Amino acid sequence: MAENSAHSTPRPTDEKVDVLIIGSGASGAAVAWSLADTRMRILCLEQGDWMKPIDFPSNGRDWEARRYSDFDSSPNRRGRDTDYPVNDADSIMKVANFNAVGGGTVMYTAHFPRLHPSDFHVKTLDGVADDWPVDYWTLEKYFAENDRMMGVAGLAGDPAVPAHTPPMPPVPLGRTGTRYAQATNNLGWHWWPSDIAIATTEYEGRAACINLGHCTPGCAQGAKASTDITYWPQALRAGVELRSRCRVREITTGADGMATGAVYYDPDGVERFQPAELVIMAANGVGTPRLLLNSAGGAHPNGLANSSGLVGRNLMMHPWPMVTGYVDEEMDGDRAPQTVMWSKEFYETDPARGFLRGYTLQYSRGTGPVNEALLALGRGLLPWGRDHHKAYRSMLYRRLQIGVACEDLPEEHNRVTLDPTLKDSHGIPAPRIDYTLSENTQAMMEHGIARATEILEEAGAANISSSTTALNYPGHLLGTARMGTDPARSVVNEWGRCHDVKNLFIVDGSIWVTSGGVNPTSTIQALALYIADCIKQRLADATLFDGGGGNF
Amino acid sequence: MREESEVGLTEAERYDLQRLAGIMIPADAAYGVVGADDDLIFADILRSLGRDLEAVRTALARLRDLAGGDFAALDEAAAESAAMVLLGKQDAVTFALGRAVLQCYYRDDRVIAALGLEARAPFPRGYELPQGDFSLVEAVRGRARMWRDLDGTGDGTGDGATDAKGG
Ligand SMILES: Cc1cc2nc3c(=O)[nH]c(=O)nc-3n(C[C@H](O)[C@H](O)[C@H](O)COP(=O)(O)OP(=O)(O)OC[C@H]3O[C@@H](n4cnc5c(N)ncnc54)[C@H](O)[C@@H]3O)c2cc1C
Repeated sequence: MAENSAHSTPRPTDEKVDVLIIGSGASGAAVAWSLADTRMRILCLEQGDWMKPIDFPSNGRDWEARRYSDFDSSPNRRGRDTDYPVNDADSIMKVANFNAVGGGTVMYTAHFPRLHPSDFHVKTLDGVADDWPVDYWTLEKYFAENDRMMGVAGLAGDPAVPAHTPPMPPVPLGRTGTRYAQATNNLGWHWWPSDIAIATTEYEGRAACINLGHCTPGCAQGAKASTDITYWPQALRAGVELRSRCRVREITTGADGMATGAVYYDPDGVERFQPAELVIMAANGVGTPRLLLNSAGGAHPNGLANSSGLVGRNLMMHPWPMVTGYVDEEMDGDRAPQTVMWSKEFYETDPARGFLRGYTLQYSRGTGPVNEALLALGRGLLPWGRDHHKAYRSMLYRRLQIGVACEDLPEEHNRVTLDPTLKDSHGIPAPRIDYTLSENTQAMMEHGIARATEILEEAGAANISSSTTALNYPGHLLGTARMGTDPARSVVNEWGRCHDVKNLFIVDGSIWVTSGGVNPTSTIQALALYIADCIKQRLADATLFDGGGGNF
Repeated sequence: MREESEVGLTEAERYDLQRLAGIMIPADAAYGVVGADDDLIFADILRSLGRDLEAVRTALARLRDLAGGDFAALDEAAAESAAMVLLGKQDAVTFALGRAVLQCYYRDDRVIAALGLEARAPFPRGYELPQGDFSLVEAVRGRARMWRDLDGTGDGTGDGATDAKGG
């Protein structure tokens, strides 16, 4: 029985598996699929449900309202029984996520940029934070494999990123993108049609996008690449087992310090023990540190795999001001994929700007009738009373909005801890978030807001406003179990294995060393595929559980 | 509470909310729209309070305070001015009140039709989206490599380096 288990009552024990994966989201699905060809017995435990196309809001007339109820991006407001609460009350950035088979990819916007080569060498190039122990070129073939598996639309030839050819043509520029492109060309700045994980043609049995618009709260058409419809069907066919509505409480360890499996609650709420030879964490940048901290025990009183004290620290969340304006003709609104193009003009460091590192400008389209009213209300632009109708009509389907995707640097005081009182529906301690903005981030945000404002002005927009204080919360949860070669300065080594526990791996966003200025999922998945290959290679030469590191 | 409806509001609260909704979004013949106090829309508002119920009750309690204890008793002008004071306070409570009203108003078939839109869910028909002008990308395509790597090149200074490694 588990050395660090505090519970003495007998609990049912399941049949041992070779590999236990915790979490079925972006990274859990990719690692499960990749390991399936080893023919090992692989099991994934996922606390959430399988989603069905009929579940998604765009099926009904209340599609916009459901973004504020059962499809809210905050687990606290959503409050499904498959969610866990997060105390982010004192944090300027809030947590956005989705807990289901497919994880955050069910609820993401599918904007799919990669980290840049320079992002892996921030210390060497810019003298800040730390370099990663892997680089872009190591991950390159995994990026390509992941693009194929997820199904990415985009246009080859962007001078701002290394060459690559997305498997499908880009999403249409539409009216909104054309207006943005003209304005950005007038300013002489870079832009390019975004890589987006949305099928623009039929793809691997999935239907093409029909412009439902509400990509974020789940795609009823199945055109958006969430892992429940990309990786998982293939992984299941290859023999991987996935048990939904199973919430893991803790990872258990033996006297030798190796992981022995996990204690979890099955769909009936029965506490069970799942033994495993190898455990892989894929519960995201909040769920994974929460679980490691909840696995504290005799030999590791401060949490599992935490001899560095860094589990939960260096949380990065991408502060993301949104700059909005209105033009005088009808734009695409919500009748299109939500993002359209990016600008990397201010991505690479230029110290003359007054901050280090940089940001992507992510050009979005507009919203539908309800959301337009709510967003305008939030910005103080929509009056009540007699003037309401006139003002509303000047905004509906006239919105332009640009997000400033800022790279936040790792800071140890930005962190995930266990809340002393808050618990989930199984009584498991819930996470607490503490996060503040650094001066570098604030300077970057101001710079980005000013540049986005220039673009909107050039596009002829009026009533321009920005969310300087009420930041958008993009659901990017990174850095809380960082990679590195030095066990005193990192939680996992350069191929994802915990320094402290030689059969425990982490493949989700926790392992990021720095955050870059891009949406993370493409790189999270490339890393998961890379770690899976490292595991397979080391299984083949029987070095998986050896000490020491070193890339193969 | 005895007089509380299945939606969690008392009869007095329901009355105040309906009156308030009509002040927030009044009917307007020029635009051909009913107000948010229209019976059908208001029934939808009541049914859909959901997670905003407590915030809406708090807003209504504030409104009663602003009205000196009885919003229903105020004449039209006084009611409107009390409502505007309430709505002028920009916080989570008034935003939740706004959401409760707006999410139902802007999905009403008549309102949607008056806006010139189709009253239907996005799925399964979706929408047409024009391709737009992709020729605009040619202004960017020829730019020198912008991304940096360990060698420090590609900083947009026009070194013209080609992508030797990228696939
Ligand atoms: C609103 C929103 C918009 C987004 N838009 C984009 C975008 O456009 N582009 C982009 O790149 N990214 C976007 N993201 C982020 C993206 O969703 C994440 O980067 C990605 O899903 C993270 O992958 P992951 O594997 O680290 O974790 P996740 O995908 O979050 O998966 C973690 C899984 O672990 C499960 N889990 C956690 N704890 C337990 C437990 N104790 N027991 C059992 N299961 C558990 C969870 O239920 C979840 O399914 C967005 C996110 C949100 C919320």
